Amino acid sequence: MMKNKITEYRINSLSFTIYIKIIIFRNSIMQAFLTGKSGLTKTKDKPTSKEPTRERSKHVPWVEKYRPKCVDDVAYLVLIPFQQTKIRPKCVDDVAYQDEVVAVLKKSLQNADLPNLLFYGPPGTGKTSTILAASRELFGDMYKDRVLELNASDERGIDVVREKVKKFAQLTASGIRPDGKPCPPFKIVILDEADSMTKPAQAALRRTMEKQSRTTRFCLICNYVSRIIEPITSRCAKFRFKPLAEDILSKRLHEICGKENIKCDDEAIHGLMYTSEGDLRKAITYLQSAARLKGEEEINKHDIYEIAGVIHEEVIDKLIEVCNTDSYEKLEQEIKVAMMEGHSGMQVITQLHDKLVEMESLTDKQKSVIMEKLAVVDKCLIDGADEYLQLMSLFTTMMQQICHGEK
Amino acid sequence: MSLWVDKHRPTSLHKLDFHKEQAAHLKKLVQGGDFPHLLVYGPSGAGKKTRIMCLLREMYGSGVEKLRIEQHTFTTPSNKKIEISTISSNYHIEVNPSDVGNQDRVVIQELIKTVAQVNQLETSTQKDFKVVILTEVDRLTKDAQHALRRTMEKYMATCRLILCCNSTSKVIPAIRSRCLGVRVPAPSIEEVCQVLQNICKKESLNLPTELARRIAEKSNRNLRRAILMCEACRVQQQNFTVDQEVTEPDWELYLKETAQLIAQQQSPKRLLEVRGRLYELLTHCIPPDVIIKGLLQELISNCDGQLKTEVVQTAAYYEHRLQMGQKAIYHLEAFVAKFMAIYKRFLEEGIADLF
Repeated sequence: MMKNKITEYRINSLSFTIYIKIIIFRNSIMQAFLTGKSGLTKTKDKPTSKEPTRERSKHVPWVEKYRPKCVDDVAYLVLIPFQQTKIRPKCVDDVAYQDEVVAVLKKSLQNADLPNLLFYGPPGTGKTSTILAASRELFGDMYKDRVLELNASDERGIDVVREKVKKFAQLTASGIRPDGKPCPPFKIVILDEADSMTKPAQAALRRTMEKQSRTTRFCLICNYVSRIIEPITSRCAKFRFKPLAEDILSKRLHEICGKENIKCDDEAIHGLMYTSEGDLRKAITYLQSAARLKGEEEINKHDIYEIAGVIHEEVIDKLIEVCNTDSYEKLEQEIKVAMMEGHSGMQVITQLHDKLVEMESLTDKQKSVIMEKLAVVDKCLIDGADEYLQLMSLFTTMMQQICHGEK
Repeated sequence: MSLWVDKHRPTSLHKLDFHKEQAAHLKKLVQGGDFPHLLVYGPSGAGKKTRIMCLLREMYGSGVEKLRIEQHTFTTPSNKKIEISTISSNYHIEVNPSDVGNQDRVVIQELIKTVAQVNQLETSTQKDFKVVILTEVDRLTKDAQHALRRTMEKYMATCRLILCCNSTSKVIPAIRSRCLGVRVPAPSIEEVCQVLQNICKKESLNLPTELARRIAEKSNRNLRRAILMCEACRVQQQNFTVDQEVTEPDWELYLKETAQLIAQQQSPKRLLEVRGRLYELLTHCIPPDVIIKGLLQELISNCDGQLKTEVVQTAAYYEHRLQMGQKAIYHLEAFVAKFMAIYKRFLEEGIADLF
């Protein structure tokens, strides 16, 4: 009732004083002033605050936009495979650990306590999301004071560990918020991409982790647990994250499509899942890119493949075909064309591998020779060797095997 | 007077000569005044940089063409000062981090952060983000690439990255998955011809179709090279003639001669001679991998079937070692010596078969 009146008066564009006077008539001075003020700020805020958010939202990558906000959201991502595998009980143990992460986090949210954590697993499986969501839930708006997030983009040499991390760890954290509510009496240091930290820097963490365990919890996130030194891993509760199952990927992608009003057929979603290999972040980025590139049009499978850099089947088929002709010149020509088209050598190898495995015209022995060469070439490419020469060397080996190899 | 390559560079997306469909897509991409991080890849001379500049012009207007060169100095954690020059306008900054060798991580961390942490003052009239163009991303160290990962997400609100490279093989998957990949294939021979014809028309010259075709074929589908060759032809002779000779870069001729020397005779003396020539090439800043590829190209024509495979394998093997190693000359010479050994064995076997 009151608010209605206020907005009404505001619309009539009465000056502030008059409007207060009118309210004074109806209510006590104090109350009117307070409500009036809040009413004012509210109406004043609305147009300014809403527009930037709408504009901002365009720039935000969907990966960030749809990052789960609380642990339950993550739980849904991670928990679902658990329920599904209940129907196929042979791999419950396989997935149970993912349930464990959520269970531990949930428990710790209730008790407001947390062990040191070490999350590892392939990219795009929700490691960072999980800890961010958990710490947000633990600390609420005190998040900024209580969480130190360091990743590979920050300088993290031994000096930083000694100075910044140690200083942060030594601060005491009270168990009471400024507004009087209780909160967990510790801080969290998140070391994202911890596998790119140097060994000495990791070693410098060891004692700090133990000494400050009363006030600080560490959460290390990495892709390869083998690159974390043993003393650190033994101080943490380890959790492995598994590539997300297809149905979760598709469910999440459909959800985003719905929210963003994107027309996307089932084949395209399938293409996304194929190209992303269980990496949700990759899938979402591709989806967003495709949506931006196509505008209002419907996204189809080819767009996804183009964005993901997948090479057309025909190109690979042609290369294999040329190998059958036993002509070096033709092969050279074909590979040159493929390189000119800008295809990446890595991608050629990955797709060739899929094809080779299924090829029935080759004997196991032939295949194994080719595969061995493929592995060598892969390593060389990672080392930065020239793509053209490496591919030539791979395909001439293949040609040799197909045309003159031992059956 | 500027070179034709720069003079006739298309400045807007709809003026591009080839890959028009892709240009239309790019146009649609920036229509909303925003785009995701881009990873532009393709062979050299395919028009990657041209497309990037067109894209920026489409976004910001002609202001992006007012360029200035700046020198930045950064201090590494070990208190070493490194300098790097950047090219920037009011809206974008272009940098080649691999210029500073293996300290490129510091450049990435500092430069992008300084650019990204500055908000544009007036968001109503300006775009609220700047663009950082990183060239030769495939030559970044792994460290620097890792440093890019989270930065890309974190500063999305104030900064867009356009990465430019020849091949995505050397870019780590984590970065590839954060970018929209734009593949720019090399123009076909016909397209190169067409572009050459157009340029000559603008210069009010008459370019015979045959000559255009010959230039295009010699250029190896590299448009920049084709245009440079065309201009070189023009300098030679005021008017083009059909049977005019297309000059190849002299180092290529030199390389071919070297290959012939290797094929003619296989002896330690010849190897010494070849070494001198290789040094000559290296001191003229011809990249060693180009030398290996050039040699292979020439040498392979002297071999037959089985031998070809072996020679290609050797070339690939030594090129890999070359990338891993420090001094190019060892590996180049090793390749030449190995080839001589293989070739001599082949010749001797051939003679033995005759008798």
